[in-house]
Amino acid sequence: MFSSLNRLLMSRMGPAVTGAVVGILAPLLSFWGNPANMGICVACFSRDIAGALGMHRAAVVQYIRPELSGFILGSLAAALVYKEFKPRAGSSPIIRFFLGVFAMIGALVFLGCPWRAYIRLSAGDFTAIAGIAGLIVGVIIGIYFLWTGFNLGRSYKAKTPMGMIMPALAIVLLSLLIMAPVFGPDGTGPIFFSTSGPGSQAAPIAIALGVGLIVGWLAQRSRFCTVGAIRDLVMLRDGHLFKGVLAFIFAAFVMNLLLGQFRLGMEGQPVAHSNNLWNFMGMVLSGLAFTLAGGCPGRQFIMSGEGDGDAGIFILGMIVGAGIAHTFSLASSPAGPGPFGPGATIVGLIFCLAIGFLMREKASL
Amino acid sequence: MSETITVDARGLSCPQPVVETKKAMGKQSGGTIEVLVDTVTSRENVSRLARNQGWEVSPEELPDGGYRVTITKAQDVKREK
Repeated sequence: MFSSLNRLLMSRMGPAVTGAVVGILAPLLSFWGNPANMGICVACFSRDIAGALGMHRAAVVQYIRPELSGFILGSLAAALVYKEFKPRAGSSPIIRFFLGVFAMIGALVFLGCPWRAYIRLSAGDFTAIAGIAGLIVGVIIGIYFLWTGFNLGRSYKAKTPMGMIMPALAIVLLSLLIMAPVFGPDGTGPIFFSTSGPGSQAAPIAIALGVGLIVGWLAQRSRFCTVGAIRDLVMLRDGHLFKGVLAFIFAAFVMNLLLGQFRLGMEGQPVAHSNNLWNFMGMVLSGLAFTLAGGCPGRQFIMSGEGDGDAGIFILGMIVGAGIAHTFSLASSPAGPGPFGPGATIVGLIFCLAIGFLMREKASL
Repeated sequence: MSETITVDARGLSCPQPVVETKKAMGKQSGGTIEVLVDTVTSRENVSRLARNQGWEVSPEELPDGGYRVTITKAQDVKREK
């Protein structure tokens, strides 16, 4: 049975199967305690982790989300079982770090990664439409660079310990979550946990970790990617990853209906704002940064579990980017974009466009 | 022309191996292209692209742990279309 499941996941239907499973589990996670329309959000969860580690002091979004550790460890397990664990690194790590920083800033201007954009849509949140449109535009700009020779250079085989750094970090985070050490001044920290707001809303640890492990395994086997889906459809007319996104949205839509979490409209949607312009622009930035880095944030976590050190660097960039977004008042809130969010989005776009133009083979300086 | 074109996509991240293969396929109506990759994902992606475009695909594992995907297509197939 195990091998036939693996064959299914490795087939053209693999991403659709994974998408359907994620679409079922994500709304359930919200039902079991995660914030509304945030059953799984790779960007929001990275932001919560940054907050829990004291990298920002937005008291409402601090929690070590075990789902993301699950992604890395589930992917690691699948990669080890199927001999796909290949430690590698060295493809412009510093650029990938800053792509991660700006991908996160864009995502926090929108208030969600592509995964959450699809979840928000599936729950009737029409403010997600501008974000998804922006995501598509960002991916298309990225495709232009890919066709014109953009390249972050080769990665090289590395030794096993290098590939184990991110899985080790996943375990450290899980330990900090469970031990919840408090020895900072004033009886707080070094690990911070929200007592109100989205950061205080969480499914039980075992369930959240279990879902993360399952999704990590499935996504590793099927190469599920929410940005690659759009990229391959537009660039190669290959819709097999896109079927994963469609299955994801459809399954999440049905689940949200069944669980009473579906609410149609633009205003008052949970952890979302209705400024269409910056919902759009934030995701243009994110979509472009993800495309230049080779995959959506979920995919970066999965690849880091396979031993890809460059994906690991991108993730660390995302976590630092979340710290910056909340300390520099870049992140949006349900009231709208942060005071410096739009400016930072423009800076991020300039950075990504410069990288796109300058990192082309012919334009190489 | 029956010379084999080699695309060395080892170490390139997604979707670069596919982009480079597609560019190589665009340069000729058929023949043999040898694509070197180092992950299973890249091997699958390149194979899927080639099959979708009507090329025959034969992947093999190399001693260094990488893969060589040899894709072939009769030169005249495209011209007949």
